[in-house]
Amino acid sequence: MRRALLFVAVALFIALVGLALARPWIAPADVPAIDIVSTRFLPPLTIDGYGVVHIFGTDRLGRDVWGRLLDGARVSLVVGALATIVAVTIGTLVGAVAGIATGPVSAALLALTDFVLALPRVVLLLLLAALWQPSATLVIVVLGLTGWMPIARLVYTETIAQLGRPYTEAARALGGRRRWILRRHVIPHALTPVVAASALGFGNAVTLEAGLSFLGLGVQPPAASWGTLIASGRDTVVNAPWVGVVPGVALALVVTLSVLLGDALTDRKVA
Amino acid sequence: MRGLGLSLLRGVVVVAGVVTLTFLLLHVAPGDPIRYYLGPTASAEQIAGVKEALGLGRSLSVQYVDWLGRALRGDFGTSITTGRPAFRMLMEAWPATLLLVGLSTVLGHLIGLAIGTWQALTRRTVVDAGLTIGTVALYAMPSYWLGLVLTLVFSFQLRWLPAFGARGLDADFLSPSMQWVDRLSHLALPLLTLTLIGIGAVARYARGSLRDLRSAPFLVVARSKGLGPVRVTVRHHLRNGLTPVLTMLGLSLPALFSGAVFVEAIFAWPGVGLVLVQAVKARDYPVVMAATTISAMLVVIANLFTEWMLRRIDPRIGASRA
Repeated sequence: MRRALLFVAVALFIALVGLALARPWIAPADVPAIDIVSTRFLPPLTIDGYGVVHIFGTDRLGRDVWGRLLDGARVSLVVGALATIVAVTIGTLVGAVAGIATGPVSAALLALTDFVLALPRVVLLLLLAALWQPSATLVIVVLGLTGWMPIARLVYTETIAQLGRPYTEAARALGGRRRWILRRHVIPHALTPVVAASALGFGNAVTLEAGLSFLGLGVQPPAASWGTLIASGRDTVVNAPWVGVVPGVALALVVTLSVLLGDALTDRKVA
Repeated sequence: MRGLGLSLLRGVVVVAGVVTLTFLLLHVAPGDPIRYYLGPTASAEQIAGVKEALGLGRSLSVQYVDWLGRALRGDFGTSITTGRPAFRMLMEAWPATLLLVGLSTVLGHLIGLAIGTWQALTRRTVVDAGLTIGTVALYAMPSYWLGLVLTLVFSFQLRWLPAFGARGLDADFLSPSMQWVDRLSHLALPLLTLTLIGIGAVARYARGSLRDLRSAPFLVVARSKGLGPVRVTVRHHLRNGLTPVLTMLGLSLPALFSGAVFVEAIFAWPGVGLVLVQAVKARDYPVVMAATTISAMLVVIANLFTEWMLRRIDPRIGASRA
């Protein structure tokens, strides 16, 4: 059951990335700007005057919603992935160092982790978006800087646990340096829970990126992110609900996949 | 009680840290707030004058002490957009946020716990699987999008509920009882959005926590003593399974307030989140600072409250630390 779940989640993820990459071949290019009038707000599954099929309809500028969705997928998934990489890198470093160091260094790192964990993340994101010019880079950096704490905690507990195991003791007895023990013995063991946690973190990052872009404080239009797409759908929710509903479903799907992936990788003992 | 004192101290440190962090970020950030404040036509003398008046020429440490002192007194300066004291704007906003977050947390936990308990106890795997899919889907929906869909259904299609605000335009002319109905109908959609998402998260967590305990020795004992299933579930199973759920609540409080920011923004619910989003868009620094501090304080206070509840449910927590 767990293997099947894992397989399905991974396969769907790959399919999604594949679709985003194949965008030029599987979705119609934007219509010529001159003919906005006849192609705007077409409902899903209609064929416009040029014989182009719009699976999910068109938005108010006559752009194909399916195509915009895939454009947005490129931005949203890349921003989410990079933010997760930043978070995992910082988290692993902080957690591992806190685990292997002793005394004040360890205590200070753990206190820092707890402190950042207690901050309302979105409020911090908004604060930074107010002070700096909103951009995709800022979103990646900020999401990374506010998302590393769960990973740090995980790696810390795992490090402490691994350091008590006989084989790390043997490695120490062989004269291995701390850094080597960490790299060779501790971090590989912490990998599975870290991957599970980063799958969840990825889902969160994608949602938050879309949220910031939704509020106009993330990726800036006309660049498409799922957040900007939902925001543009919000304005036309009465005439053309599909414009906002479709990217939201895609977003929920990605988060569901990340949850399933996290669940499948977490070794939960079922009593 | 000693543990609670320690938590209080930790809360004070968090708030002080947030105040410090906002101060530092304000000074690290690019751009000149004075130039922004005065506009592009400002002369060099005007800029120097404002810089003098705002005390920005002093050393950073002096400015920090001054900032800290004023933050302690609740003086965050004057809003650039409204001209009102930033702190007062937040003082008017926080009850709305607390009402929304508090109510949705309570409702989400009650319903989520009920669903999670049912899932953990049922022997019908179809029910369990169906509810799992439902709760994961709820959990996965972004609040701002769910809010949009609910508005579409309840405000535009069915025309049952208002789509934004905390009270109708005609609220002043309604009878007292109708004013209540008006208030509640405005609360309904933001509350429903936050509650639904909360249900997803709580049910998932409660299910896992309760399933882990299903064959715990104390439950076997309770059953073999001849206690009824209801008593076993409520007094023994739930009480022990609740601790991780409540711990999780404490940990997810920042996220709950974060979720409220989006929901307040789309429903124009007059809370801290809406004030914050509007201030951020207008680059109204004093209000942004005040809102950040107030949000951190709300999180800290709510965290202390959950800790206190945890101690009531599980006395071991207080004992192990004392």
